[in-house]
Parts: sequence; structure tokens; C-alpha cells
Amino acid sequence: MAIKIKLFANFREGRGKIVEMDYTPGMTGQDVIDSLGITAPEIAALIVDGVDGKVDAMLAVPVKEDGYMAIFPPVAGG
Amino acid sequence: MVTWEKFYVSIFELAKKYIGGRGLGTKLYMDEVDPQVDPFAAENKIVFINGPLSGTATPTGGRYMVVTKSPLTGCIASSNSGGEWGAYLKYAGYDAIIVEGKASLPVYLNIDEEKAEILPALDLWGKYTSETSDLLIEKHPGAKVLTIGPAGEKLSQMAAIMNEKDRAAGRSGVGAVMGSKNLKAITVKGNLRPEIARPDGLKAVTKECRTLLKENGVTGGGLPTYGTAVLVNIINEHGVYPTKNFQGGQDPDAEAVSGETLTEKYLIKRNPCHHCPIGCGRWVKSDKSPDGIGGPEYETLWVFAGDLGIDDMEVVIDANYWCNELGIDTISAGATLAAAMELYQRGYITDEMLDDEVILKFGNADSVVHWLKKMGNREGFGDLLARGSYRLADFFGVPEYSMSVKKQDLPAYDPRGIQGMGLQYATSNRGGCHVRGYLISPEILGLPEKLDRFDLAGKEVWAKVFQDLTAVIDSTGLCLFTSFALGAKEYADMLNETLGTDWTAEDVLLAGERIWNLEKLFNLEAGISSEEDTLPPRFLEEEMPDGPTKGWVHKLDELLPLYYKERGWDEDGIPTEERLEKLGLL
Repeated sequence: MAIKIKLFANFREGRGKIVEMDYTPGMTGQDVIDSLGITAPEIAALIVDGVDGKVDAMLAVPVKEDGYMAIFPPVAGG
Repeated sequence: MVTWEKFYVSIFELAKKYIGGRGLGTKLYMDEVDPQVDPFAAENKIVFINGPLSGTATPTGGRYMVVTKSPLTGCIASSNSGGEWGAYLKYAGYDAIIVEGKASLPVYLNIDEEKAEILPALDLWGKYTSETSDLLIEKHPGAKVLTIGPAGEKLSQMAAIMNEKDRAAGRSGVGAVMGSKNLKAITVKGNLRPEIARPDGLKAVTKECRTLLKENGVTGGGLPTYGTAVLVNIINEHGVYPTKNFQGGQDPDAEAVSGETLTEKYLIKRNPCHHCPIGCGRWVKSDKSPDGIGGPEYETLWVFAGDLGIDDMEVVIDANYWCNELGIDTISAGATLAAAMELYQRGYITDEMLDDEVILKFGNADSVVHWLKKMGNREGFGDLLARGSYRLADFFGVPEYSMSVKKQDLPAYDPRGIQGMGLQYATSNRGGCHVRGYLISPEILGLPEKLDRFDLAGKEVWAKVFQDLTAVIDSTGLCLFTSFALGAKEYADMLNETLGTDWTAEDVLLAGERIWNLEKLFNLEAGISSEEDTLPPRFLEEEMPDGPTKGWVHKLDELLPLYYKERGWDEDGIPTEERLEKLGLL
């Protein structure tokens, strides 16, 4: 089974829009960003399976089988 | 009969209380105009005013504010624009222009450091904004041009004021107030520079602020690279990206109009405003000009894409172009089309009413520019559309299908999934608006820290602080986007070095609160009671049907009393004497 990682803005550089990653039981968001070479301080917002929250807390959440993550660098506008 | 009177007054004492721009403009306006005035009456006035930092070397120091009574909302209107015009008003030697009365024939104002004159504009009346600008620059080489388009001339309640062709004081219908005075344009030019109280100090603090902006991930990274359009994906992923007149909160095809797509396929170059190190403005490919045209912002992308059920970047770029040419606010124009499409969906608007013209139906890309032109020129059914979504839906007896607050159309964030932002929408002094307190920052973007977007705890405090700080920034002459990297202390430092004052961060925030309360007092005296501090029933009663916000409504009834208390207002939302005395407003 695979999980889907949606990347945005400059996180797409060299990685693409969507990365599929093999699911292993117990894996967390931290494991995912480690694999992608992204560090927690670079992330401004993170959604795991439709739920958002503080980045550090969300990185500790176990990823669901067939689930998804959306990872954003600092972006803003209005 | 038109006259020009140039006069010098000491506004320094007033500036100590109201700073400039939005704050000082509102004070000057309220001192001269009865809040119950008809916005289109000759007795109404319109104030063009920059801030103490406009025209200085401070980062983004070039913005101006237009203050008047809004024909859209009946509230105080203060509409802000970037580009170059504000700085050049200062270079011509002026902090503010107050226009009163009404010309019997179309005129424009021409201002430079040696003269100010009222000139005939019959040959400009009826022309689009870019042609008007080109003709005036031909007559006054080197001038910066502010103008209205046909929508302002025809008193559309959503008429904008355009400068440098693609910059807009867009909201609240300020362009129609210019139109009501037969004032087509104002040209400004000059080489004067503002006096600076402590030039070396300002140089140092400017350098410090520029470094902070450069090193910040948003102002030094996301915004310069992708523009405000970068919000499309993050707002959509959180399920608060309104679709089809806020009937849903997530669009599976939003990527087509995202900042990433705009950058990859359409961006020619950045298009920065005066002295702006951020440069979020876009210059994009278009069939309208081989050299490209000003590109759409996030709100414009959303309103002509997700809100209309169309996800076509070229439709959005075209719609943005025509809004600029006609001189109409992109948010209100798109939102009115969205409301019309929902009215069509529900059978209130019929094919016969549209004279068998292009059908206003969600997903119909052909309808957008067709009806924008009719709206801007007030032709046929477009005359009704030109009044905004509230008056349109109210005409059919169903105002609840207008997604507006105080009759001003809401921007691109569904409040059901952003509880603090919904509170800010409801309490905004100029009606539905995102730039009176951008709580999207903490609730979605994680800036300066991530808040739980569904939790109500403390949101009234965040709303008040953001509203007050925004009132400060809007009064300085700087861009709100600087606040992603700078705080109240930096704004106080820049003002102090420019004006020779010794304000603290707390002092400027208190000025912001004073400005907010002054605006509230205007609205109350204009007959806009706090009963209008509310949201469309859709957000209070209908659960979000889809996406990560599914099942939520907005809990305004719980938040509003807490907000009034936080503001020091009574339970009816009226500022108390005690609070007004503390703010020096009695």
C-alpha cells in the first residue's frame, strides 16, 4: 500500500507535485519528511488525512494506510 | 462651478492621534461630512490621502488610501492601493486631497509641485482606464494617473479607482463617488521629497526592516516567487476555498488556477509597487498585449474560477483585464456573477430575463467577460448586476443568496472552517473584507503561530489585535504584507524616525484601536447598527457539505459577545464612554 504526499510551492522543486511512498506500519509524518529531505522548520503548514494542526504535533501523527499528507512552506497573500 | 483651493493646515497634532492614511483620512472626513449624507450627493466628500511613510525610502512606502462614505455599504469606506500614485502625490508636495461638491461637466485634476488645476475631461468620459491613462500621460508626460472607468461614471456600487492601469483602490464602490462628482481622473507629478525628522535613523531602521523582509520565508520567498496566487492550493486543501457561491469548500481542479501554474505557464516577470522589496505583483502573458498585462491576485483567481465553477486561467486573466478596464472591483464583480448563477440554478433568474443572451450558469466560461462588460457599462440585465450581489439577490426577494456582510461581497475564505476569520468578517467596519484583520495567517498559514481554526478560544483577542494593527499599517502608507515580517515595534520605529515622535509599539496599537473605534462611531451615526455585525445565514445554518471542513457551521453567536467585551463595548456592540475616553475620542 502507498501513501500520497502532495507538495506545494518550492517544495515541488526536484520532487514534483505528488510523491507516492510505500506505507510501513507505524510510520509518521516525520518519517515522510525525512525521506523527502524536508526539515520541520521549513514547513509552515501540514495536513494529514484532512486534519491540520501545529506542525510538530502533526509530524508525530501516525500516517494512515492509503492516506495522504499535504505539505506547505511559508506562503501567504490576500 | 468648480474651484480649487490650496491651503496649509497643521495636521501634526491630529497625526499624533490618527497617524495618516486610513486613520487621519477618516478623521478629516468625519470632521467635515454628516455621516447620514447620501454618498452620491454633492455634500459628500472624498479624501485621497497617503501616510507619513508614503514617498520615503521605507519598504513598500508608496500606498494611498481613499476615504469616503461607501455607496455599496453605507459604511465608512477606506480603500487602499499600491503602485506609484501615492508616492507621487507626496512628490508633488501634498499629503492629501479632499474633493467636495460636483462639477457640472466631466473634469480631471492635474497636480504638480507648481500648480493644481481643474481641467475639462469631456474627451475622456466613457473611455476605459488604460486609454484614459495613456491620453493623460501624453498630455502630462511623467505624471502618474488615477482614474475611473465606465463603471464609476455610471455609479456602479462596485466601481473601483484604478492607478497605473492595473492597481486598484477596489473595494466599497469608491469609484462611483468620483463618478458622482464628474471627476474622471487625478494626475500627479513632482520631484519634491518629504522632510524626514531623523534621516540617519530612518536609513538605519529601513535597512533593518528590509533585512527582516528579505529573510522572511513569506516576504522573501513565497510571495516574490509565486505572488498571492500561491494561496489557491493551501486554502483549497484546508477545505475553505469557496466553490459555486460558497455552496462548497473544495475544488478538485483548483491546481489549474494556482500560483504554481500561474508561475510555470503564464508569468513573464514580477510587477512590484513603489519601493517594494517583496514584488508580489505579477506581469503575465495575454492575448491583449504582446508585452503582457498585469496579472490576477488570489482573490481574483478564486472568484472567477472556484466561485463560478470554471477552472480556466485564461478566463481569469481575461476577466481581470476587463475589470481593470471597466474600473470594477474584481471581488464584487465575480461574487455578483456567482450569486446570479446560484439564482439561475434555483430558478429565480430565467433565460427570458437574460434576453436569451449568454446564460449565467455555473461552469459557463463564455458568460464571464460577456456579463462583466454589461455590468461595467450597465447595459440590460448588467444594470442590475452592477449593484452588487446583495441588491441583486434582494431584488428577487432572497438576499440570503448574497454572500456578503453589510452588503459588501465576501472574499475567498469560507468562515465555517476559520472561526476567527468569520468573526472578523462580521465585525469589519467596511463590510465583508479580508484585509481588516487577516486571521487566515494564524488559522491556516501558521503565521506567526498555528491556531486551531475550529476552536473559539481566544479568537476575539486575536481579532481585535489584528484589526488594530491593520488600522495602524493602513495609516502609515505601507503595505499590509510587510506584517508577515514586521511588527508594531518596527512600524513605530519607522514613524518615529520620519516624524520625530517617540511612539512605542503600545502607542501605535492604541492609535489603531482609536481608528477602529472612530470608524465604528461613523457607522453607528450613519445608521449601520451592530445588528449588521453578522454573516449570511448559509454560514450559520448550513453545514459545510464537503472536504476537511465538512460538518461545520460558524459559531458567531458565541464569539460576538466575547468580541464586544474585548473591545470594551456594551452588549449591543456600542463603544462605551469609558473606552472612548481612554482612546481620546470624547
